[in-house]
Amino acid sequence: MSRQHQFSTLARAAAGLAALAAWWLVYRRLEAFAGWATYSLLRLPEGSHVGSTVEFFVHETPKVLLLLVLVVFGVGIVRTFFTPERTRALLQGRRESVGNVLAALLGVVTPFCSCSAVPLFIGFVTAGVPLGVTFSFLISAPMVNEIALVLLFGLFGWKVAGLYLGTGLVIAIAAGWIIGRLKLERHVEDWVYATKTGAAAPEAEALDLAARVAAGREAVRDIVGRVWLYVVLGIAVGAGIHGYVPENFMASIMGKGAWWSVPLAVLIGVPMYSNAAGIIPVVQALLGKGAALGTVLAFMMSVIGLSLPEAIILRKVLKLPLLLVFFGVVAAGIMAVGLLFNWLL
Amino acid sequence: MKKIQILGTGCAKCQKLAAVADEAAKALGAPYELKKVTDMKEIMSFKVMSMPALVVDGQVRLSGRVPTVEEAKQLIT
Repeated sequence: MSRQHQFSTLARAAAGLAALAAWWLVYRRLEAFAGWATYSLLRLPEGSHVGSTVEFFVHETPKVLLLLVLVVFGVGIVRTFFTPERTRALLQGRRESVGNVLAALLGVVTPFCSCSAVPLFIGFVTAGVPLGVTFSFLISAPMVNEIALVLLFGLFGWKVAGLYLGTGLVIAIAAGWIIGRLKLERHVEDWVYATKTGAAAPEAEALDLAARVAAGREAVRDIVGRVWLYVVLGIAVGAGIHGYVPENFMASIMGKGAWWSVPLAVLIGVPMYSNAAGIIPVVQALLGKGAALGTVLAFMMSVIGLSLPEAIILRKVLKLPLLLVFFGVVAAGIMAVGLLFNWLL
Repeated sequence: MKKIQILGTGCAKCQKLAAVADEAAKALGAPYELKKVTDMKEIMSFKVMSMPALVVDGQVRLSGRVPTVEEAKQLIT
């Protein structure tokens, strides 16, 4: 049995490496393939609107999907090490400031789905995690999104990805800290604190490597299965902008000179909801046409970080003033980041 | 009679868990009753933080993900 087991582990490792190598080879070839398909196979004229639209689409679609599969798989494995229960135990009774930082970081790696926002909020605050620290977690979990991070890395390089990660964490830390300072506990719905909770959830499962890899595969099936259509649609919109919108068209309305475009982008982005995978190809196209990085980053963060559905869900546990403060503080933080980048870069 | 409860506020995964649990319970053949719990206060009384969750005879057996039918069978028996 044990020899057989060893053999199968080895075979699996080999299969994994082979898959990774194949992934890399295909990924490296995409740009050349897109050029060939567009200009040799379809015989579209080089430099034309339709040619550059088609080339963009044929290049970006498989590229983004390949990146997505790899990252979702990796994050799916990482997340088997973090459960909400473990995160709560780490944050319980933590001082503010240190707690805010830790909560924002854990928000990135703890599995989170918006349908769990309410039970998570209640589970945290009733177990003695300070309100502001809880908010740091609730802000960073959706806003600092691993899908967004890797897509930004793939499409723009490590600088933009790093800016996104860094500023997202800073907003989550600062906004949570401010909410904590404002002492808004009385604006949490009364029944929340009356709820009895404890560490009664099932024990964190001790998983072996095979089970963690299976979790990664399951994440790919679930998440990529759910978002691939948005990605393709997003890239199609992006391709249209790329091919048909004139160069620097966006510079006048979304450029650095137009300071008001940052608050406007946030105001439009907050009620909107889209997953990160769908919004980033649009972001790429806007940037390519002269939109300022700060404006585009602010738009993206407000779309994926705050949304109307989320507000409606959280209204069950937050009285209106606290809900408004929450959205207001985070939106202000996103605006500040946008303005800062446009000013700095 | 097995008492199976699905905790969740009606998200897609909650519906899926209910379907999987139902299929697993049917395959097991024993009499059972399946109920969805959507009231937040009632959900919180089970002390879970991730949706959806599977409760069998008052015991939380799984939370935060949808199991396979095979896995659900083991959790229900």
